[in-house]
Amino acid sequence: MRARPTRLAAASPEGIKAILAVQTNAVIKLADIHKVYHTGEVDVHAVRGVSLDILPGEFVAIMGSSGSGKSTLMNLVGCLDRPSNGSYLLDGIDVATLDRDQRAMVRNEKIGFVFQGFNLLARTTALENVEMPMLYNHQRVPSHEQKQRAIQSLELVGLAARADHKPNQLSGGQQQRVAIARALVNRPSLLLADEPTGNLDSQTSIEIMGVFQKLNAQGITIVMVTHELDVARYTKRMIILRDGKILTDEKVADRLNAEAELQNLRQAHEAVKLA
Amino acid sequence: MRFLAPFKIAARALRRNKMRSLLTMLGIIIGVGSVIAAVSITTGATKQVEDKVASLGQNVVTVFSGNFNAGGRRGGWGSAPTLTVEDSQAIKEEVANVVAVSPEVRDRAQIQANGLNWNTQVIGESPDYPQIRDWNIASGSMFTDGDVRSLAKVAVIGKTVVDELFPGEDPVGQTLIVRDIPFKVVGVLASKGFNLFGQDQDDVVIIPYTSHMRRLSKRTFVNSIMVQAADKNSINLVQADISSLLSERHNKSEEPDFTVRTQLELMEMATSTSRIMSVLLAAIASVSLLVGGIGIMNIMLVSVTERTREIGIRMAVGARSRDILIQFLIEAVTLSAVGGLIGIALGMTAAWITSHFTGWPTLTPVLWVGIACVSSAGIGIVSGFYPAWKASRLDPIEALRYE
Repeated sequence: MRARPTRLAAASPEGIKAILAVQTNAVIKLADIHKVYHTGEVDVHAVRGVSLDILPGEFVAIMGSSGSGKSTLMNLVGCLDRPSNGSYLLDGIDVATLDRDQRAMVRNEKIGFVFQGFNLLARTTALENVEMPMLYNHQRVPSHEQKQRAIQSLELVGLAARADHKPNQLSGGQQQRVAIARALVNRPSLLLADEPTGNLDSQTSIEIMGVFQKLNAQGITIVMVTHELDVARYTKRMIILRDGKILTDEKVADRLNAEAELQNLRQAHEAVKLA
Repeated sequence: MRFLAPFKIAARALRRNKMRSLLTMLGIIIGVGSVIAAVSITTGATKQVEDKVASLGQNVVTVFSGNFNAGGRRGGWGSAPTLTVEDSQAIKEEVANVVAVSPEVRDRAQIQANGLNWNTQVIGESPDYPQIRDWNIASGSMFTDGDVRSLAKVAVIGKTVVDELFPGEDPVGQTLIVRDIPFKVVGVLASKGFNLFGQDQDDVVIIPYTSHMRRLSKRTFVNSIMVQAADKNSINLVQADISSLLSERHNKSEEPDFTVRTQLELMEMATSTSRIMSVLLAAIASVSLLVGGIGIMNIMLVSVTERTREIGIRMAVGARSRDILIQFLIEAVTLSAVGGLIGIALGMTAAWITSHFTGWPTLTPVLWVGIACVSSAGIGIVSGFYPAWKASRLDPIEALRYE
């Protein structure tokens, strides 16, 4: 289903924003999203009216303490779940009303997932892990092209040389790079990362943020959930959630550059050695 | 989803737990293996019996005289003097679809030739006999109707008799003495081997039935009459017609003093035991297959639980319920089909070993190999469906969070 911006009330500020968003082809357009879980006798209101536009080329961090609704929002944005209320346009497609299999297709084509625990298939080579999403493509990719695309994807994260390695032969940072390559292989409109540095040490975390910054510089839209402020400072826009609502949504003023930070770290390391 | 991809995934998943996969297959392997072995052995036995019955001749209907009963002493089949040469002529002339008839007189006698002697079965027959028995003459020829009419002292002998009395010689034209009466050997029968009851069919001397009755056994009745029907379909009709003809000729009201047996009846009697055995074995084997199927279902349920996270990952990157269902279904079918194939190989090996050490003939029917393949794949589908369905219904969020 395509968005019909002309139907919205153009006079209201919301409406103008909506038209602008559609005209600039917003990747994500959330309008008054609610999510209520019915668990037992108590209804849990995890997300209470979030409206949000994310444009192509943005690099957004979603922050918040546990219980703030950020995981739920992530699941909604990732089309793993359906909102109880509100509308969600992903790349112009109204995904709030799609059924299970249709959402699977949207995830396959539009979204690349990066998880905290890497979630690679064990005892399966990096190359095969990266090829995996293409098994489920609606339009079949010939196997030689699958391999080619998987290698290109690994090149993007600088791991083409390790294509034959299995996850247990790779470091945590390398595993996360493979996961990023897998997320990119179907050329999604959106890269969705859920605590991507949660299982990594600080230097490797910076390396992974460097990969994200490089990809973002190439025009890939990234949304990342994190609870670490240090990590969020590598993004361009920071959204803080509390109690299922947006608390703040602002540009990152003192943005860090992963390349430069790594340089600093190395120098500090050298200094320690010399001393 | 590509066609081959789920097979690759299944093969990898099964290789990952080699021991477990093998143990899971064991139920199917044993089930299929025992079916194939049992069927091979019983089919071999049945085939052998069928061959023996077929060696009796082509579309044969045999009339036996009733049992001899004098003062409470009963003489057994063929002993009562009730069947006559006239009966056999009547059958030949009056019963439709009869192509050949041979009245049969049997006796044992000491025979001599070349200074050697031998005790054997001497039977009187008509010239139709080789045709009825589907028995070739190896050298020389069968005696003729003229020989029958003239009570000629001619004989056709079996291979064993040749070996015993004319070792290394051509017996045709030579003389054979049966109870001091010289017979001229006119033909030698091709070797036919042992019959259904283990008797050497080649240990025989055949002479015209008239010569047998007048010169040798001095009898007025025949032991049995062998009749050949025109074809398989007319056998039962011929049997009924002979019964009513002979009832009329003998004593209409009383119990019949003869028995008419067809080759088909003999075949059925001889193979009924092995058929019951096959059914019994198939029943036992199907229980084993059922147990094997339950084993597969059990291990697939374990596998689905173990791989919940993998299912979650696959769903997150775009696998639909159907893709997951097919993946696990193919895994279950691969398990059972590979088990089935191993079972077939093992069963055939077991049959071969049995036949090697016991000398029993075995035969693995292609049909049963097909049945084994189809049913083991079927077991995979049936027992894999529930676990696969369960996997396909998982919630991706829950599955991803599963530890």
